[in-house]
Amino acid sequence: MYKHILLASDGSENAVRAAKESVKLASHYKDSIIEVVYVINIDKSKSDVLHSHSNEEIDIERRKKNSKVIQFLNEANVHYKTTILRGKPGPEIVKYANEQEVDIVVIGSRGLNALQEMVLGSVSHKVMKRVHCPAMIVK
Amino acid sequence: MQKIKQQWFSNIRSDILAGMVVALALIPEAIAFSIIAGVDPMVGLYASFIIAVVIAFAGGRPGMISAATGAMALLMAPLVREHGLDYLLAATLLTGIIQILFGVFKVAKVMKFIPNAVMIGFVNALAILIFTAQLEHFIGISTLTYVFVAVTLVLLYTLPRFIKVVPAPLIAIVVLTAAAIFGGFELNTVGDLGTITQSLPSFFLPDVPFNLETLQIIFPYSLSLAIVGLLESLLTSQIVDDMTGTESNKNREARGQGIANFITGFFGGMAGCAMIGQSVINVKSGGRGRLSTLIAGIFLMFLIIVLGDLVIQIPMPVLVGIMIMVSIGTFDWSSFKYLLKAPRTDAVVMVATVAIVVYTHDLSKGVLAGVLLSAIFFVIKISTVKVNQEGNRFKVHGQLFFASTDSFVNYFKKADIQQKSIKIDLSHTRIWDDSSVGALLKVKELLQEKDIEVEIIEMDATSKEIMDKLDGLSSSH
Repeated sequence: MYKHILLASDGSENAVRAAKESVKLASHYKDSIIEVVYVINIDKSKSDVLHSHSNEEIDIERRKKNSKVIQFLNEANVHYKTTILRGKPGPEIVKYANEQEVDIVVIGSRGLNALQEMVLGSVSHKVMKRVHCPAMIVK
Repeated sequence: MQKIKQQWFSNIRSDILAGMVVALALIPEAIAFSIIAGVDPMVGLYASFIIAVVIAFAGGRPGMISAATGAMALLMAPLVREHGLDYLLAATLLTGIIQILFGVFKVAKVMKFIPNAVMIGFVNALAILIFTAQLEHFIGISTLTYVFVAVTLVLLYTLPRFIKVVPAPLIAIVVLTAAAIFGGFELNTVGDLGTITQSLPSFFLPDVPFNLETLQIIFPYSLSLAIVGLLESLLTSQIVDDMTGTESNKNREARGQGIANFITGFFGGMAGCAMIGQSVINVKSGGRGRLSTLIAGIFLMFLIIVLGDLVIQIPMPVLVGIMIMVSIGTFDWSSFKYLLKAPRTDAVVMVATVAIVVYTHDLSKGVLAGVLLSAIFFVIKISTVKVNQEGNRFKVHGQLFFASTDSFVNYFKKADIQQKSIKIDLSHTRIWDDSSVGALLKVKELLQEKDIEVEIIEMDATSKEIMDKLDGLSSSH
């Protein structure tokens, strides 16, 4: 049974699709909890600080980014909690998933084409390779 | 005690490693910034050593890196050109004193009032100036110089994909310096622009006459240095706060910057401040505590004492390449989107800040002009009220206070009102002072003369209080 489901979210439509699948997984077992992990990309700290008037504004902007996923989970009426991490999204998710020994990681794929995949690398692919638990990449 | 332990020794292994990485990345920058300032590389290297070591103890933001910086180097260049190194050292002492005073009087709070349009302009102008300062070192020198700059840039942007432990600038320096030496290439080197002394800095007083004339020369520079140094330091501390998800003591940081500069001045170092790029490198390499900053300073000095001979052989084009990377990293690339999306006045302030800095080569002037300009825009914006008519209801938008009453009264003077009775809706505004009450009474009387009944509705509690206090003054009811 997937009791502790880690949903990696960047707040995008792909993350919402991943949330839908997480809900399906969670529905099999009443004690399941979905942990939404949102990673603040510290490469963007400089630009976030420069473009906001206060720390509170940065905070609210980040909450807004993740709001679609949270809204979806609220409506789906499942048991969930949110965790905010800081660092590089891929490695942070892997580290956290392995430390917490979650039962499964669910992550949306960005849907890059072959060239982008080669240049940028796929976060979801890297995560899948390095976590010690099953991983589900949602297309 | 608990706090000291936490800030110094909670992350020992990562702090030491990150500090060493930063030291390696600092060396080329300290040398390049010395060249921008027009002094020997040792002035920037000593400054980086001493500032980093002092700020490790005195700063308010653990894990932040301070050293010789481009922003400060650009400001001091004219002083060095006209009066020489000793005046720079004296100005550095004075910068320290001014910053300590800023810290004591809690000026850090004032920084909150600097609009972000000005800060974006600040970093962009800094990036442009660092870039243009490189031009003389590679434009029109030789084809080989261009080749070396290009190869350096290629290495800087591709190496980090494969080698993550050693900073790319260091690898580029080692590889290309070796190539230049063994290939026998004719290139300008750091040695052509100054000397490297393989010894620790020593204490001495700047050789300037201690009189009013000296003060008159150095004070304007010191003030600019103090302001720009604090500005960049507080911006950097905010960035480090955000990256680590922790808070820092801004006033202690201001004081610490002052103490660091004050001490640096006595040891032959130039004024410095916190560095965005190096602090980001430190945090990303795992540095969190004060120990990382201390190690960065000490390891830098160690490397210079051991490797000084090699440092002077670094080809200038390699340093130029590294500085181009620094300026690209400093520039805020989301500015272009900002120019399209931000309110027009903010975009104007940002561009004006950049333009003034690039024109005057003085970051403090740009910041000052930017702040003034946005203050003017703010006053213009807040001193206009809009009135929207919906039937016999006149809805007021904006703030009613002494500066906006004119535009409020004028609206009703000009308005061609057909109704015999109207309502002034204050639900979207607030009365701030006596002037606005006066304006409301004036409008009432004005309209009554035209036989129009006026009722004021939807006033909030604070406005009512002010209104009630003065209501007895109206000439008719």
